[in-house]
Amino acid sequence: MHAVIAAAALPLFVGALLADLAYSGSFQIQWINFSSWLIAGALLLAGLALLWAAVDVLRRRPRGGMVYLLLLLATFVLGFVNALVHARDAWATMPTGVALSAVVVVLAAIASGVGLAGWRRRAA
Amino acid sequence: MRAALKIGAVAVAALAATLSYVVAQTTPSAGQHGANPELPAPQRGLLPDMGIAEPAGWDGRQPTVPQGWTIKAIATDLKIPRQTLVLPNGDILVAEGRGGGAPVLTPKDFIAGLIKSKGTTPVKGGNQLTLLRDADGDGTYEGRWVYAENLNAPYGLAFAGGKLFVANQDALVRFDYVAGETRAAAAPVTVALLPSAINHHWTKSLAADADGKFLYVGIGSNSNIGERGLAMEEHRALVWQVDAATGAVRPFATGLRNPTALAFEPGTRQLWTVVNERDELGPDLVPDYLSSVREGAFYGWPYAYWGPNADPRVKPGNDKKVQATVRPDYALQSHSAPLGLAFAQPGLPAPFAEGAFIGLHGSWNRKQPVGYKVIFVPFSGGKPSGPPVDFAAGFQADGKTMGRPVGVTLDPKGAVIVADDLSNTVWRAVPAR
Repeated sequence: MHAVIAAAALPLFVGALLADLAYSGSFQIQWINFSSWLIAGALLLAGLALLWAAVDVLRRRPRGGMVYLLLLLATFVLGFVNALVHARDAWATMPTGVALSAVVVVLAAIASGVGLAGWRRRAA
Repeated sequence: MRAALKIGAVAVAALAATLSYVVAQTTPSAGQHGANPELPAPQRGLLPDMGIAEPAGWDGRQPTVPQGWTIKAIATDLKIPRQTLVLPNGDILVAEGRGGGAPVLTPKDFIAGLIKSKGTTPVKGGNQLTLLRDADGDGTYEGRWVYAENLNAPYGLAFAGGKLFVANQDALVRFDYVAGETRAAAAPVTVALLPSAINHHWTKSLAADADGKFLYVGIGSNSNIGERGLAMEEHRALVWQVDAATGAVRPFATGLRNPTALAFEPGTRQLWTVVNERDELGPDLVPDYLSSVREGAFYGWPYAYWGPNADPRVKPGNDKKVQATVRPDYALQSHSAPLGLAFAQPGLPAPFAEGAFIGLHGSWNRKQPVGYKVIFVPFSGGKPSGPPVDFAAGFQADGKTMGRPVGVTLDPKGAVIVADDLSNTVWRAVPAR
């Protein structure tokens, strides 16, 4: 189930990346305000999934669970760093912010893929 | 003959260069100050440097003043005193209130708001003017009245042409003061509306020229460095000149991030201000400053700081504005947060006879706290002439903060009045007779 929550963070991270790109192109501040909140929301979901996945690994040690957990952990940590970068004022967010957003989207996508695959295997 | 002149010119130039080198080398390094402060490269980690004041009671302690001076609290339990004004009969008016309330736009706004509020008083702002009176002249202000209430975060105060002017956070208003009264007879009249949308920096500082024809209002920026959008910065970060009779306003000087106090130098009748410069570029950047306010000058915010040093955080930037940026007169320690400015009056004992008293509210954007004291910048011939000296200190002890100076006012009877918005006290320092 936590894989579904982790996967739910992905569109928020994607939204943040799109908002960052929009800010980079337009200098309209509202875009990084959106981006900051999207990252905060994504971290909330990813954090929940991370906790749940960690408990799962400790209890049942399913195969592939460790890879998923590490991917999720990397997503969360980089996502958190990205949140701090987005807390800088105005253009100080860039270009680090948009680069991190892109990396986090890739990580979150892979983590979600691995996690959902595991979930499907178990469900089948 | 021509060769001799040339040699002479070269010798003079060499001597001048050597002299200026020597002078630069011997400038005392007691914190950042003066006309040529060191400007380190901008830096910002993942988190801004922070050191938030941890409030504590005075518990019998009090601020320290120079030898030969005494200080005492003349009013306590005020509702966040900010600026003070000495009326012609010696009564002291205190502006009390808390303004602002800018909307939370980002997770950072929310978290930073929580953190910074820990370093301020929990008391609710009074939105009023309190009048203090020492009828018998013994230095104890036994009389205390609420002169006017239901104001909107009053801050700047000025008395000119027999009228009392108050800069609320949204309007400049006028009271028809009658000598000796302890309560305003009528509600104030609005002279001019002031920019108040968002009000990130809400304080409106105020000074009046000698004949009361023009008033000068300091209006702070709506952000640290444009992070609420540059559209929000129209009519912000500047000093307005207001026609006292008609209420007509015009920008007098611009690019002043947060001009928190204004005062006229008594010898030259020149307008001066203290300005809080931008945050999150490192512990020693950007210096706050004391400067004469030159008509029409652009002091840099948001595009540049301390002359044409571009701030890369502002996009789109503006090279023309960067190049047009003038350098302020006198740097004060970065992040020390000057909020009070008053010029000395003849008759005070040396070295406080000529110069500016400056209330430093104290830093947050710095691990090692700075400010939290009242300093004195000596002047000579209407210009700063040396390094600042401490006037009132001891607002912090054992890692705790007991008080934070705001407004500083000179009492013509020979006293320095300091408002303290953490312990909600007004202090009065006098030289021993």
